[in-house]
This record gives sequence, structure tokens and C-alpha cells, in this order.
Amino acid sequence: MATRVPRPLGPAGSQSAATLATGGAASAQGPWRPGPLQDETLGVVSVPSQWRGVQGVRGETKSCQTASIATAEAGTQAQKRTDVQVQTEAPTPPAILVPQSDAPGLLAFLRRVEPMVTRELSRNRQSHAFDGFEVTWTEPQQTVTCLHTLGYPPAQGQGLHVTSVSWNATGSVLACAYGRLDDGDWSTLRSYVCAWNLDRRGLHPQQPWAVVEVPSATMCLAFHPTQPSQVAGGLYSGEVLLWDLGRPEDPLLWRTGLTDDSHTDPVCQVVWLPEAGHGHGFRLLSAAPDGKVLLWQGGGAGGLRLHEGFALVMQQLPRSARLKKPPRGETAVGATAVALSTFDPSLFILGTEGGFPLRCSLASEEAALARAPSSVPLRAPARFTFSPHGGPVYSVSCSPFHRNLFLTAGTDGHVHLYSLLRAQPLASLRLSRRYLFAVRWSPVRPLLFAAASGEGEVHLCDLRKSSQKPVACVAQTQDGSPVYCLEFNGQQPQLLAAGDAKGAVKVWRLSSAFLEQEPRETEDLDRLAAEVAT
Amino acid sequence: MTEVEETLKRIQSHKGVIGTMVVNAEGIPIRTTLDNSTTVQYAGLLHQLTIKAKSTIRDIDPQNDLTFLRIRSKKHEIMVAPDKEYLLIVIQNPCE
Repeated sequence: MATRVPRPLGPAGSQSAATLATGGAASAQGPWRPGPLQDETLGVVSVPSQWRGVQGVRGETKSCQTASIATAEAGTQAQKRTDVQVQTEAPTPPAILVPQSDAPGLLAFLRRVEPMVTRELSRNRQSHAFDGFEVTWTEPQQTVTCLHTLGYPPAQGQGLHVTSVSWNATGSVLACAYGRLDDGDWSTLRSYVCAWNLDRRGLHPQQPWAVVEVPSATMCLAFHPTQPSQVAGGLYSGEVLLWDLGRPEDPLLWRTGLTDDSHTDPVCQVVWLPEAGHGHGFRLLSAAPDGKVLLWQGGGAGGLRLHEGFALVMQQLPRSARLKKPPRGETAVGATAVALSTFDPSLFILGTEGGFPLRCSLASEEAALARAPSSVPLRAPARFTFSPHGGPVYSVSCSPFHRNLFLTAGTDGHVHLYSLLRAQPLASLRLSRRYLFAVRWSPVRPLLFAAASGEGEVHLCDLRKSSQKPVACVAQTQDGSPVYCLEFNGQQPQLLAAGDAKGAVKVWRLSSAFLEQEPRETEDLDRLAAEVAT
Repeated sequence: MTEVEETLKRIQSHKGVIGTMVVNAEGIPIRTTLDNSTTVQYAGLLHQLTIKAKSTIRDIDPQNDLTFLRIRSKKHEIMVAPDKEYLLIVIQNPCE
């Protein structure tokens, strides 16, 4: 193996390198073996950089500094608080004094007056002085007359019907809802809610005091029982709205919106529940043919909140002999009318599409079989099934004078008088050859009721006079188009409002015979109701 | 039973009598057979009416005076026996 020594590159030290190479070659002389390896020390070759010298050394120093971040801390604390509590005490009635010892004057007084009082009491029993005497305090009104014919020309021009009327708490404002009842299609038809103040001077029958435009047909209307300007309405779309007519620029107060909770069919009736107490706000009951009866409560922000819900399922109805056996599964029973009892706050009567009225309870605990999505559990309200009409029931009215009696009217043209205690109606009156759309008890006469017929007439029936035919019929429409709704005025009982298919609302002034309770009329009503028991 | 109570009971036992009460000169009931709220209402209103009736009689003829007040209504007959210190009010249903 030969050791090669690299040739020196540069001129410096090239001499010594040559010497070394020669020595190495000499020592390696031998016959067949190279010489031993030796250390060699090479001189240091330094090559100064030409480039660096040309370039020179250039440097720059730069520095930067960001501005310091300014921070500041501040604290505030308001420590002032005020608590005020007010408590009113229920007014205590003036106490009845019961003196421990009888004042001597009292005994003397009683001794003095007793013979006189005794004489008068027994004389009164035998006297016939007032028999048959009827006092007339006001000029008797012999006939039923039309006071006002109200209408809203834009709505009438669209051919809208008056679907509902309602009087407000003071009895001076009449509101009507426009919509269509003969149209089965979903429509985007706009409608109106109009209100007239009958007590205001310069009443213009064609120009309502308040008009609210509604995005869908309005099916029902109900004024708040105490707030005179608040009115609730149910729409064809299934929504329930609440308006304040006292704020004409923005009347909408609450709405349910279209959610899983709202009705999926047109709302057929809305009813206010009596206030449950302070802090609970109002409660509103709505019913629809989708089989749901919903109880709404005014929520915190912007909406009506579903408070309780009820669903009617055919399989859960209490069985009645006249109802045929339902198929398996669950079939919703459409509600078409609802009325609250005046005596029992938890009781309400439902009219159904099947024609049978149902006695229902708000306090029911039984869960409904319905699988409709809902934010609150739906319950089954029905407690008792009454024997049916020949067609759907359109209107229900509970007697304001007797806790057991209620009236229903339906498409078969009959009005049925039911008692809560018996499935069969106590009386059945055929008032119309066509439909009956509304029936209402009079608020002042226990045996009087009014019904609206599909022939354009308002019938007034006095059960005391006749249990078969009406005592008075007034023609609301000239051409026989139907009357859809009617409502008595609770504050001014001589007024009856009825709305028809022509889009007109007529305010009728009832004759005196329909206003004054006859002697012992309440007893006659009790007797009528008591016939069930016997 | 005191004589006052016996007297009131005798009056109450007449046919058709619904209620009896004694009211003092301030219109405050001191004896009654009816419930509290009804008594207070009857006592207050009839006390005022009796004072009015008495002053009416006296204004027409200063020599005259009210001795008895009977009010016939559709449902009842109310009798008031007035006196300087007390009123006796009896409510009767005459055609029971």
C-alpha cells in the first residue's frame, strides 16, 4: 500500500513538502516491503480571504422598543338599597255588636214594637193586595227593534263573513271578527277585527272606532272579562292572538306563534278563565277541531305560554250507549265549541264534531293517549258523554242561573237543553230547517235564550211560554243568508248583537218582555232541572 | 234565654219570615238571624232609608212622624219598625 502525499497547493511551504516527499520515498526502499509509516508534520498553510478584504466588515445596530401597555383599574360599587313593602288588609266588615248585657232600652223597644210587627206580619200573609200587581218602571218596549247596523266596507267588499262578536267588560264596545266559514281551503286571505263604541257620540256605523288587520281569517273573538280594551282572537291558522284596542298604532299584545304547541286546525273558540288570583295573570282557553283544548297564560316576554293542554281521544271518552265502538288506536275528537260553567271553575262543556257534548274538567289528571308533540303533557279532560245531536255541535252555552243546565245547538237545526246529571236532553227544540250557528242564554232572564239560524233569523225562545217554538223571530238578513254569531250584552241586557254572512253586525234592542224576570221564574228553572231527578 | 231573645224568636217564627235584625241609632246591627254580610248590607241601607223617610214625613207635616215602614219588592216585603234608639227590621216572603 503506497502512501501518497498530496501535492502542496500553495507556493508557501512547498519546499519543505518536497523534502518530505523525497525522504519518504527513500525510507520506503526495501527489497519487498514498504517502509514503516511515519508521522509527518505539515506546516500550517493560511490563506487569507481575499473576498472579505474586498467587502470589508459592515455592521449596523438597530433597536426597537414597543410602547408600554397602559393599564388602569377602577372599581365602583353602589351600596344604596331600598326595600318597600306594602300590605293591604282585607276590609273588615263592621262588627256586629253583641252587648253582654241587654241595654234596658232594647227590651223596652222590642216590647213596644212587637205587637205592631206581629200584626203586620200576619196581615201580610192574608192580604191579597198585591196579587197580580206588576210595577212598570220604564216605558214598555213592545217589539224587538234594530238599533244599529254596523259594518266595515273593505271587509264586506271582500265578501268576508262576521264569524264572531263580543261585548267588552263595560258593555259599550262591540267587536266583530271577519273571516270565512264556507271556505275549506287554506288561504292567505287577510281579515279584520273591528270595534265600535256604541256609547260614543257620533257613532259611524260604517266606520269602526278601531280596526286591526289580521294575517289570517279570524274565527273567534272574546273580550277580557275585566280589562275593557283587551280582546283575544283565534285564527284560521291555529294561532291565538291578544290585542289591546286602546293602542291603535301597535295593538298586538301577545301571540302564541305557530309552534308544536299551537293548534293545527282553525281555532273555533277562545274563552277567558276567571282570574286565578294575584300574580297569576290571565288564562285563556282555546279549542279547535284538531282535538286539543289548550290553556294559555300570558308569559314574560312577547308570547303566550302553554300552561296546560288537553287532548280528546275517541278511545278515552266515557262510554255511552249511543256511541258506537271506536276503532283501535287513537282517533282525535274535534272540538267545535266550548263553554265554561258559571258555578264550577274547573268545569267546562265541549261541543264536538261528532255531535255529542262532553262534560270536561280542568282538574283532570289522566294522561291523554295522543302522541302529538307538546311542551306540556296533554291530559284527557272528558268525564261524561251526552247523547248526540244529528250533526256537529256549533255552540254551547251554560246557564248563568242554574249550575246543571246547558244548551247546545248544531247543524241538525235543533237546540238541546241538557242537564249535567243526565245523558238524554231534557228538551229538544227544532228551530231551523238548516243549521244553527249559535245559542246563548239571556244574562237576565233564567228561561230565555237566543239562537242564530242558517236561514238568517235570530230566534228568541222563552221556555216558560213554550218549549217547542220560539216566541219571537227577527230577520237579520233580507236574503236569508246565515247568521253566524250572537252575543247578549252583560251590562246592558236590552242589547243583543248578531253577525251574519253579509259582513254586517246588527244590534237589536229587546222588548221589555225579554228583560224583566217574571215572578218565580228561578223556581220554574229549578223545577225544569229537577225533572231529571224524578 | 233572655226576654230580648225570646221576643226575636217569636217574631222569627212567623210564617214566611226570612230574617230579623235589630240595628242601633248609628246603623250598626246588634242582633241578627241572618249571616254577617247580608246583615251589614241590610242594616246600613235600611238605616239610611228610614232616616230619609222620617225626615220626609216631618218635612211634609212637622206634627206628624214615621211609625212604620213597609217596602214591597218582587221577592220580599221588608218591614222596619223605627224608634229613637233602635230599628227592628223584618224580611218576609209573603207569598211562600
